[in-house]
Amino acid sequence: MSKTLIRGAKVLGGEPQDVLIDGTTIAEVGTGLSAEGAEVVEAGGKVLLPGLVDLHTHLREPGREDSETVLTGTRAAASGGYTNVFAMANTFPVADTAGVVEQVWRLGQESGYCDVQPIGAVTVGLEGAKLAELGAMHESAAGVTVFSDDGKCVHDAVIMRRALEYVKAFDGVVAQHAQEPRLTEGAQMNEGVVSAELGLGGWPAVAEESIIARDVLLAEHVGSRVHICHLSTAGSVEIVRWAKSRGIDVTAEVTPHHLLLTDELVRSYDPVYKVNPPLRTERDVLALREALADGTIDIVATDHAPHPHEDKDCEWAAAAMGMVGLETALSVVQETMVDTGLLDWAGVAERMSFKPAKIGQATGHGRPVSAGEPANLTLVDTEYRGRVDPAGFASRSRNTPYEGRELPGRVTHTWLRGKATLVDGKLT
Amino acid sequence: MQRHLISAADLTRDDAVLILDTAEEMARVADRPIKKLPTLRGRTVVNLFFEDSTRTRISFEAAEKRLSADVINFTAKGSSVSKGESLKDTAQTLEAMGVDAVVIRHGASGAPYRLATSGWIDAHVINAGDGTHQHPTQALLDAFTMRRRLVGPDAGLGKDLDGRRVTLVGDILHSRVARSNVDLLHTLGAEVTLVAPPTLLPVGVETWPCEVSYDLDSTLTKSDAVMLLRVQRERMNAAFFPTEREYSRRYGLDGDRMAKMPDHAIVMHPGPMVRGMEITAEVADSGRCTVVEQVTNGVSVRMAVLYLLLGGAEPAVTHARPTEEK
Ligand SMILES: [Zn+2]
Repeated sequence: MSKTLIRGAKVLGGEPQDVLIDGTTIAEVGTGLSAEGAEVVEAGGKVLLPGLVDLHTHLREPGREDSETVLTGTRAAASGGYTNVFAMANTFPVADTAGVVEQVWRLGQESGYCDVQPIGAVTVGLEGAKLAELGAMHESAAGVTVFSDDGKCVHDAVIMRRALEYVKAFDGVVAQHAQEPRLTEGAQMNEGVVSAELGLGGWPAVAEESIIARDVLLAEHVGSRVHICHLSTAGSVEIVRWAKSRGIDVTAEVTPHHLLLTDELVRSYDPVYKVNPPLRTERDVLALREALADGTIDIVATDHAPHPHEDKDCEWAAAAMGMVGLETALSVVQETMVDTGLLDWAGVAERMSFKPAKIGQATGHGRPVSAGEPANLTLVDTEYRGRVDPAGFASRSRNTPYEGRELPGRVTHTWLRGKATLVDGKLT
Repeated sequence: MQRHLISAADLTRDDAVLILDTAEEMARVADRPIKKLPTLRGRTVVNLFFEDSTRTRISFEAAEKRLSADVINFTAKGSSVSKGESLKDTAQTLEAMGVDAVVIRHGASGAPYRLATSGWIDAHVINAGDGTHQHPTQALLDAFTMRRRLVGPDAGLGKDLDGRRVTLVGDILHSRVARSNVDLLHTLGAEVTLVAPPTLLPVGVETWPCEVSYDLDSTLTKSDAVMLLRVQRERMNAAFFPTEREYSRRYGLDGDRMAKMPDHAIVMHPGPMVRGMEITAEVADSGRCTVVEQVTNGVSVRMAVLYLLLGGAEPAVTHARPTEEK
């Protein structure tokens, strides 16, 4: 097997060290390591992180291959520094059976760019009425441990309770897309000052917060763990903080876009800013950053949601909801969390690799950068600043809200079990 | 003036007064034996209606024809046009035909703004009502009607609505007319009060440049103009209010309530009226009610907007008074 020596990398942002990859594992970490027989990558002070893990990705295959496939999505993931992504279940057909999750899992294996861990639907057809065969999906080759109806909320309290209880048998976790459906009928954007002016249907914060409040109490009652997808409001932060202080087993994620963008952008009526949950206010953004820094919010997850051009090149109401995110996530986190002094790189590794892997029980991912561990690694040029150019995306879709925006940081190399998937910013 | 008219909020005080003054000129043309002006001869205006609104379309069409424009009516309602991309396709078709202005009515808030800013088309865009966002020519014709009635057709020239007290009553939440009127009336110096049940006011209304009240009776005595907005009966099924009867009792304008208004105060309605709901027949048919004038004024105001956006520097009316150009 081949050897690679990464020379002079700031491991998790620390002092420069050399990291020797031998085959699929990290052989040695130290200073002045011998380059004999190894290909050398001069890190030159770049930051080396464990391969990133995304607990919330939409790969669109099967069913919407016009927007993304497992192959293009995993290439986008490798470009963004990811070595493991969790694929959401809202495909066509829905990933609600062992057959579909195994298909997605196999496509991931074949891609070779990034491991794909399918998420299973909680309910049949995401319809919120009848539990899907959660046990069968867990026992399948895909080994599903995370279940979610993402895109839709498991709104029925009894179904949610049963799902939380049922998955305890195999230590699964339900990831909730918290959106009270009645309060969000016709919702187009965050409900507040801007929606009032623009005349767009409001998506009130309380529609998210009331479901989170209910679900943490349900989790407490039945002694289960629950994961909250894309938390977006200051009020949600308060509820999760309270739940954690009570010892409730809840984890939460925030997306990069909710850490950076606000509903003021909707004034452009440009559907590139249309996303669910919607962009909120400055106050929410600041609360989310603070919560991610203090650990109330555990992880960053992209909610990478590719859509074809025509689904965004229209008027707001007709447009699809969602943004691509895999290839810009780390840059946005650097911009909002690292360059603002809220997090160091070890903190980023915790929130974008260690912890998401732990929540999703990913094997071989989210491991320390030390000898004997799988060589899943990401090298980041943190000094870089540049404008986002979607034309260069590996994703099949271009629906990024950051086009033309200057952001810091660039992933130059990604290794998946010792194999380089990205070299000098180019996919292999 | 900007290239497009998308929102009443885009108009400065001077823009708005210029439009109202120009509309007075246009109104005088309507009294002549020959009502047509050659101003837009050879220019093509498309009325692009994705939503049914015969009254608004006819008003624009009359304005366009009186200015001698070539008029194309395109009604997408009922055709296969239902997906959003068709707005772009339609825009590009119109662009290829070389149209000079698009008057657009659309059910989606922001559609005219998209049309004007997306690069799909070069033409001037005039918003004829978009979703629950804006309806700027309605606000202009309302302001024109107020100025004529409260200040006077001649005395009003060059003037705004400084200090006039205007009350808007009804479904503010779903009303583009309310949004446009609040913006324009504020720009023109009027004091605006919105009256509605709390369910029919948007979250965030507290930041608008107006007062908000839940009590109609206490505002009537202090109003120079009361504008009633249409309340759709379906709203009751979504629990915005309990029954039609209760709505009328609390927020409808009947003869007794009208009697509390100052003698000079007028009653307005953008139409179509729901008699017995927000307005009784007695009020609708009274001399204070300006509904019919509003329709007439709509043509003059739309002529003024079209002329100012498309006509450029040429005087609209050749016998213009020497002062009108400033
Ligand atoms: Zn979601």
